[in-house]
Amino acid sequence: MKDKNSYSSLQITTLVILRLLIGWHILFEGISKLLNPDWSSFGFLSESKWVLSGFANWVISNQGILNTVDFLNTWGLIVIGAALMLGIFSRLAAIAGTILLLLYFLNNPPLVGLEYAIPSEGSNLIVNKTLIEAIALFLLAVFQAHRVFGLEAFFTNIKSTKK
Amino acid sequence: MVSSKDKNPSTAKGTEQADSKIQSRRTVLKALAGVPVLGLFGWEVVKSITYKNTKKNRVIKELGLENLQMPVVLDVPAGNTGDLLRLGIIGFGNRGNQLAKSLGFTNPTDIKEMETNKTLADWLEQEYLNVALVGICDVFDLHAERGLATAQNDIRPGGDKAVKLPVKRYRTYHDMLADKDIDAVIIATPDHHHAQITVDAVKAGKHVYCEKSIALSEDELNAVYDTVKNGNVVFQLGHQIPQNVIFRQAREIMQKDILGKITLIETTTNRNTADGAWIRHLDSNGNPKPGDEKSIDWLQWLGSRPYVPFSIERFYSWTKWFDYDLGMIGQLFTHEFDAVNQLLRIGIPKYAVSSGGIYYWKDDRDMPDVLHCAFEYPDRELTLTYSANLACSKDRGRVFMGHDATMELGASLSITADYDSTRYKKNIEAGFIDTSVPMLAIQPGSGGKVDAVTSATEKYYAARGLTTTNINGREVDVTHLHLREWINCIRNGGTPSANIERTFEEGVACLMAHKSYLEHRRVEWDPVNRKIV
Repeated sequence: MKDKNSYSSLQITTLVILRLLIGWHILFEGISKLLNPDWSSFGFLSESKWVLSGFANWVISNQGILNTVDFLNTWGLIVIGAALMLGIFSRLAAIAGTILLLLYFLNNPPLVGLEYAIPSEGSNLIVNKTLIEAIALFLLAVFQAHRVFGLEAFFTNIKSTKK
Repeated sequence: MVSSKDKNPSTAKGTEQADSKIQSRRTVLKALAGVPVLGLFGWEVVKSITYKNTKKNRVIKELGLENLQMPVVLDVPAGNTGDLLRLGIIGFGNRGNQLAKSLGFTNPTDIKEMETNKTLADWLEQEYLNVALVGICDVFDLHAERGLATAQNDIRPGGDKAVKLPVKRYRTYHDMLADKDIDAVIIATPDHHHAQITVDAVKAGKHVYCEKSIALSEDELNAVYDTVKNGNVVFQLGHQIPQNVIFRQAREIMQKDILGKITLIETTTNRNTADGAWIRHLDSNGNPKPGDEKSIDWLQWLGSRPYVPFSIERFYSWTKWFDYDLGMIGQLFTHEFDAVNQLLRIGIPKYAVSSGGIYYWKDDRDMPDVLHCAFEYPDRELTLTYSANLACSKDRGRVFMGHDATMELGASLSITADYDSTRYKKNIEAGFIDTSVPMLAIQPGSGGKVDAVTSATEKYYAARGLTTTNINGREVDVTHLHLREWINCIRNGGTPSANIERTFEEGVACLMAHKSYLEHRRVEWDPVNRKIV
């Protein structure tokens, strides 16, 4: 089994490093929320501006919904991060991660005229690091970086050798 | 499958097998590439937790907070045990309405409003206090009718088990005090009635909850003090701040002497609206609010004060004139003084000096809109200041300044080490204490957990009330707690926090500041003759 487009060793290594780094970042975001019993998305959501502010207000207006969102967010981050690092279901993880990061971005986009109480890292105009990370994750999904240096490579290979 | 190397087709079968073996081994190795990275990740996470804990524990140990027991739940018995208490409210204006709500009574209009802003459910969960609101006294028909509607409203905490008794309107407070079916009264009239009604109520054997400020003159203050001391009722002054759990925690922290020697306490007020400057007789369209000589018993409203013709402005915006209160000293500094006195028991100052003027709200008023008061405590070796401005809303908070650290106390509490502290010198030099961020912070509702050493961003969230802790658990109204404490003392004995001694100390401090403002001089407290000189 051989793809039409095969990549050079450097290309693949770069993709894998990118996968591991984003996995690391997302996993730690999840773990640190899990380790902090006082953490909640309340602060972030109450600052929501632009198209998702209605949704954010709905979430924080109800403790039950907020708790559910907090749980899903924390464990979503942990599962996505671990999957990316191990290279298992990582295409799905990359797509889920892209959606999650885009949600973060759409809640707090650095658009002209939107002011946030939470200080942002660096200077941003429309584009910020969250958006870039989302697109980088999508790139991993498109280029299927999980197929190398990940547990899926192992399974894929077994399947192909069985053939 | 994408592959890192193009494979060379091999001809020999043995070579092919060997190649396949190498290939699968390589695949396994490749597949497991993430595992060591994950291992490294786990190692780093453990390291990070250990570092944070070490740092936090070192600060907590340095501050002597290892065994700090934070009172996070109310330790007093529930407010609904014991006999039914029959209450009357004297003065059913804005504050009377709020007090009724804190007791568990509100009118149909406010119910609708609470439904709209979704606070009704929370309010209905407020503890049922086993009280009946049976008497309303107000000189204004509209307010009295609202009071009756409030007391009769069935939608209230306690639901079906809530006791329903008939409600009566009294034309004068004397009528109410003469009624044996009233056990206790809440006084929420304009301030110029507080002292006299309190004296009469105590003499009539009614328990008293009176809004601040207690007295407008030394004679009034002494009369209240003597009557309550000789009476046999429970008296509580309307200060809700010490009921805040944060305050109880601050008191614990104060006992640990974390701040070092405190020499200056700065309290402030900043507001920048007409309503905040007590222009309250106009509605949102600029028209006078309801009320005229037919619906308001003007002479009774004036009481012992000098006669002036009926004025809707005086009726609603009475705070502006010294005939009816002590201005910002009586309305706002009282709370500040109580907060500091509850924490440090500073008592009556030796000297007080005030200055200020009417610089922005130049209408017909006595009350200055910019005011500064300084209170000296030579025995305690500290100064308490009050700085107030009604034409700028910059928030300056309430700050306790010590040689080793500074405490800011508001809705939350934070303590920041002083760069030149003697006590924390070693830890500051070692990098364990950062003087640019609070070394200790407690947020309301955080279960009293001491949050030592947190990042600037987290502090930033907290200062703006963006922390989650505010909504974890139900928000409890502090006025409700203050009333509950009073009711508990009536039923079970004991002395409430804003008792007559605290009230007297506060009354003297306020009268000293007011006298100094009026007479443009420093005044002194003579503790032997108990007089301001």
